[in-house]
Amino acid sequence: MNAFDYEAPQSVDEAISLLSAGNGNVGILAGGTDLIAQLKEGRKIDLMLDLKQIPEATALSFDEDSGLSIGAATSCSKIYGYDVVQSRYPALVDCTSLIGSIQIQNRGTVGGNFCNASPAADTPPAVIVLGSTCRIAGPNGMREVAAEDFFTGPGQSVLQSGEFLVSIQVPTPAANSGAFFLRFIPRNEMDIAVANAAASVVLDSEKTTIQEARVAIGAVAPTPLLVADAGAALVGKAVDDEDAIEAACAASRAAARPISDMRGTIEQRIHLSGVLTRRAIQGAIQRAKES
Amino acid sequence: MATKTEDYLGITDYKVIGTRPIRHDGVDKVIGRAKYGADIDMAGMLHGAVVRSPHAHARIKSIDTSKAEALAGVKAVITVEDLPLQEDKIEDLGEGAANLQHLRANVLADGKVLYHGHAVAAVAATDIHTAQEAADLIDVEYEVLQPVLTVQEAMKEDAPLLLENQTTESLGEDTGQKSNVCTHFRHELGDVERGFAEAELVIEREFDTATVHQGYIEPQNATALWSADDQITVWCSTQGAFTVREQAAQILDVPVSQVKVVPMEIGGGFGGKIRIYLEPLAAVLSKKTGRPVKMVMSRTEVLQATGPTAGSFIKCKMGVDKAGKIVAAYAYMAYESGGFPGSWAAPGAMCIFAPYNIPNVLIDGYEVLVNKPQTMAYRAPGATNAAFASETIIDELCEQLDVDPLEFRLKNSAREGTRRADGPVYPRIGNEECVKTALSSEHYATQLNGKNRGRGIASGFWFNVGLKSSAAASVNSDGTVSLVEGSTDIGGTRTSIAMQLAEVLGIRAEDVKPQVADTDSIGDTDVTGGSRTTFATGWAAYQCALDIKEQLIERAAKLWEISTDDVVFDDGTFSSSDSSKTLSFKELAGMLDETGGPVMGRATVNPSGVGGAFAVMIADIEVDTETGKVEILRVSVIQDAGKAVYPSYVEGQMQGGIAQGIGWALNEEYAYNRDGLLTNASLLDYRMPTCLDLPMIETHIVEVPNPGHPYGVRGVGEVPIVPPAAAIANAIYDAVGVRMTNLPMSPGEVLKALWSKNGENGTA
Ligand SMILES: Cc1cc2nc3c(=O)[nH]c(=O)nc-3n(C[C@H](O)[C@H](O)[C@H](O)COP(=O)(O)OP(=O)(O)OC[C@H]3O[C@@H](n4cnc5c(N)ncnc54)[C@H](O)[C@@H]3O)c2cc1C
Repeated sequence: MNAFDYEAPQSVDEAISLLSAGNGNVGILAGGTDLIAQLKEGRKIDLMLDLKQIPEATALSFDEDSGLSIGAATSCSKIYGYDVVQSRYPALVDCTSLIGSIQIQNRGTVGGNFCNASPAADTPPAVIVLGSTCRIAGPNGMREVAAEDFFTGPGQSVLQSGEFLVSIQVPTPAANSGAFFLRFIPRNEMDIAVANAAASVVLDSEKTTIQEARVAIGAVAPTPLLVADAGAALVGKAVDDEDAIEAACAASRAAARPISDMRGTIEQRIHLSGVLTRRAIQGAIQRAKES
Repeated sequence: MATKTEDYLGITDYKVIGTRPIRHDGVDKVIGRAKYGADIDMAGMLHGAVVRSPHAHARIKSIDTSKAEALAGVKAVITVEDLPLQEDKIEDLGEGAANLQHLRANVLADGKVLYHGHAVAAVAATDIHTAQEAADLIDVEYEVLQPVLTVQEAMKEDAPLLLENQTTESLGEDTGQKSNVCTHFRHELGDVERGFAEAELVIEREFDTATVHQGYIEPQNATALWSADDQITVWCSTQGAFTVREQAAQILDVPVSQVKVVPMEIGGGFGGKIRIYLEPLAAVLSKKTGRPVKMVMSRTEVLQATGPTAGSFIKCKMGVDKAGKIVAAYAYMAYESGGFPGSWAAPGAMCIFAPYNIPNVLIDGYEVLVNKPQTMAYRAPGATNAAFASETIIDELCEQLDVDPLEFRLKNSAREGTRRADGPVYPRIGNEECVKTALSSEHYATQLNGKNRGRGIASGFWFNVGLKSSAAASVNSDGTVSLVEGSTDIGGTRTSIAMQLAEVLGIRAEDVKPQVADTDSIGDTDVTGGSRTTFATGWAAYQCALDIKEQLIERAAKLWEISTDDVVFDDGTFSSSDSSKTLSFKELAGMLDETGGPVMGRATVNPSGVGGAFAVMIADIEVDTETGKVEILRVSVIQDAGKAVYPSYVEGQMQGGIAQGIGWALNEEYAYNRDGLLTNASLLDYRMPTCLDLPMIETHIVEVPNPGHPYGVRGVGEVPIVPPAAAIANAIYDAVGVRMTNLPMSPGEVLKALWSKNGENGTA
C-alpha cells in the first residue's frame, strides 16, 4: 500500500472543496470494505476522504411524507437495526443483513455498495424496486438520480469527478405493499451473488390483485437492472396468477445479459434470474398480504 | 505391553487414556498469547516480498533488478542465481519426497516458470510496503508458452513439455521417453480379466476431481537470521521442524548442524506445511544483509504458489458375482503433480479398494505434470479422489443389486488376513465394526422423508504411517514431569502425547508439562502428518515413561535396600513386594537428590506396527432442483480410532475431516482460466464451507485396538476426509437420480446434470 493523506471533512461543502482542490487521486471512504481491500491490491490514491464526520452522510431518519433517508456512510448493521426499517422496509433488511459477515455489515454501507458499482452488489435491486432516489453533491450543488439510473457499467456510475453520494431517499411504502430481496450463492454466507433479484408489489385493498410491481435483478448484466417488462407483466393480475408470474420470470431471463466466470455460467445465471424473480415476487406478495 | 489384540479388547480401566483433561496449550491459544510466525519482531528486522510469475508457463528471458535495488530502503534482491546449485537427488520429507533441483527451482524459478504465482525473485527492505513496491519494480521478461492444465491434456503425446528432461518411469524402469508423465506404476492381485469374466454385473465410470486447497487458516511464513558465524536460525510455521532443517540445509548447501529450526505455533497444515517455500529466501536475504528477514505470504500467494492437492482423472470398474460378492476391480488413476514431479496417485492406489476383500484387482497409476503449483499432501492425500470413484461405483452396484449399501459393505468387508492389492495383509482392523456401528445407528434407523432428499453412504481407508519420533522427560521434585518432544502440535498432540506418558507413571495429564522443542533441543522427529503423531510420538512418550519407571524402581530399591525385582510399581505407587514399604510417585520424585540426582527418561522410536483406519459416513442432503444447491441436512461419521487417547480430539478430527470433505465435495476448486491463471485466489471465491454450511457432525468412535501400539492407537487425523465426496454424490443420486462424477458438485454442475436428465423445464 502506498502512503496517502487522510482528511475527514465535517460538512458537505468542505468535502466538495477537498474533492475539487486538485488533490490528485481521491479515494472516498465510507466503510472501507471495498476501498481498503482495493488499496491492498494495488489501487493508488493520494488522498483518503472519510465521509463519516459529515452529518448528512451518516444520518438515518424517517418521515411519513418524504420516507426514509439513508446517509451514504451509514453502516448496514445500523440500517437493519433501525426499527422503522425492520417494520416498513423488510427488503432493506434482506439485503443489508446478508452482505459479507457481521464484521463487514458493521463497517460496510449502502452508499459504498452503490459507488463501488459492482454488477453483483446486493443492495441495488431492493433499493431500486423501492423507487429510491440517489442524492448527489457536487461543485454545482445537489442533484438527484433515480437509483436504477445510477449505474453505468462495472465499477462505474453517474458520479462525475468532484461529486459524491450524500444519501439515498426511499419513499414511504404504499398501503398493501410488500417487497422482497434474495440472492443465490453456493455457500450460505460470505459469498458474492451468482445472481440476485428484488421485487415490490402494491396490491388492491382486497389484496388479491397486483396494482403496481417492480422487479430488479443483479449480477446478470454490467449493472443492476430494473426489468420494466417483468413489472408490467404483473400489473392488473391476480396474486395467484402463475402465468403472469411466469411471464415476469421470462422477462427477467430475457433482460439478463450475464457473463461466465468462476462464480457462474451464462446459462446458469439466466436460469437463476427467472428462479429468483419468481421467489422475489412470491416473497413480495406474501409480505404485502401480511402488511 | 500387550501384544495380541485380545489383550486390549475390553480394557476400560485406563486412568488417563480416554479422558478429556484441559489442554496444555489452551490458555495461550484462547487469550491470543500463543506466538505464531507472523508475531515475530526483532531488532533490525527486514521484511521480504516475492516477485511472482503472472504466467502459467513461460521462459524467463531476463530479470532486471536495477530499479528495485535503487529504491530507498531496499537492502537486498535475490534470484535463483543466489541459491547454490543442486545435484539431481531425492530427499525424503516423511510424507512425500522431493528432488532437490526441483525444490530449488520451485522456491525460485530456474529459467522457466511453471505456474501462475511461481516465485521469480525476492526482495528485503526496511518495511513491507517498500519491499512490495520494490518487487513491483523488478522487470521480468517472459516468453509465454502454452499452458497444460489437465492430466488428460498433459498425457497427450504432442503436449507441451513442462520439464524438458523429464522422462517417464514405468513399472520401476526409466523408459527414456520424454513426457509430462513422470511415473506409471501398477498393482496386481489375482487375475482381473478372469474376475470380470465371472462377474454377473459390472459397472464402469470415469471421474474428474478438481485441484483443491488444504484451507489452513495461517499463511506460510518464515523469519531467518544468518549470523556472521554461519549459524542459521529459522522461525516458521511447519508440520515438521526437522524436515524444514533438512530441506533448508540442502538448498543452502550447509550441514544440517548449521541450521536451527524453531517451530512456531501452527495455524493448520493438513499436509500443506511440509515443503519449504520462504525459508531459503529469508535465509539468503539475511545472509546478504546481515539482518533478520521476515516473510509472510498473503492469502493470494498461499493459493497461487503453495502446494494444493492433486486434481485427478480416474476410471474405475467393479464387478460382482451372483452372490453379491465383489470379484474384480480395476482403476486407472491419473493424478496431477503440478509443475514438478511427485504426486498422490500412489497413496490413492493404496486406498481405493481398501475396505473390501476383492480377489482380482488391477490398478494403474500415473503422476503427471501440469502448469499448477507443485501438489502437496492434503489429509489422506489421494484417497478422497480414489474413494469418490470406487464408492460411487459401489453405490451403483448396490442400487442395481437392490441391496442395502451397508449390508453390501459388511458382506464384502476386508478383515484380518485380507490382502490389499498393493501388497500388505491386514492385521486386526476395524472396518466391519465401523459398518456394523453405522447399521445400528439411530441415524441410519431414522427414515429420511421429503422431496428431493437423499441419503448416501461411503467408506474410506487411510493406512497411516509410523516414522521417527523422539521424546525426553525430566522428573521434577514436585512430582510433575517436563516432557520435550519434536512434533509440532496441530491437533492437540502435546496433550495426547503427554497423556501416554502420564498413564505409565500413574500421574495426571496435568502433571506433565509438554513442550515442542526446536531442532537443537530434541532428537529427530518426523512431520506431524500421516496421522502418526499420537501414534508414534505418543509411543516415544510411552517408552520414555518406561525408562523413567525403571530408573525410579532402581531409586526405590536403593532407598529400601532391596532388589529391583522386589519393587512393584502399580497405579502411581512404588511398593516393596511384601507391601511393607510404599512411596507415591510424587514422594519418590521429592527424594531424587538423596538417591543419586536427577532422573531423565528418553526414547526414540521408529515403529512399524501402524494400524490402518477405516471410516463410514452417512450423509442426508436436500437438493434445490431449481438452483442445484445441495444442503447438508444431517451427517454421521463412524471411525475406528483403535484407542481414542483424547476422545474430544478424535471427535474434532472426525468433524474437521468431514467438514473439509464436504467443502471438497460441493464447492472447492482452483478455478484456472484458459491461460492457466488462477481466478479465485481468495477465500471469498475459493469456497470452503462456513459454519452456516454445515450441520452438527455426529461422531461415533469405534475402538478396535491396533495390536501394533502399546495403547492400541491408530491414527485418526486423515481418514474422515475420505468418504464425504462419495457419500454426498451417492446422496444426490438418492435424492434426484443423477450420478455426479465430477468434483466439485457445485450448484452449476448439479443443475447441468439435472437439465441433461430432465430438460431445463423439467426442473421447474
Ligand atoms: C469479506 C467481504 C464480503 C463482502 N460481501 C459482500 C456481499 O455479500 N454483497 C455485496 O454486495 N458486497 C459485499 N462486499 C463488498 C462490500 O462490503 C460492499 O460493497 C459494501 O457495501 C461497501 O461499502 P463500504 O462502505 O465499505 O464502501 P467503501 O469501501 O468505503 O467504498 C466503496 C467504493 O465506493 C466509493 N465511495 C464510497 N462512498 C462513496 C460516496 N458516498 N460517494 C462516492 N464514492 C463513494 C469508495 O471510494 C470506493 O471506491 C464484501 C466485501 C468483503 C471484504
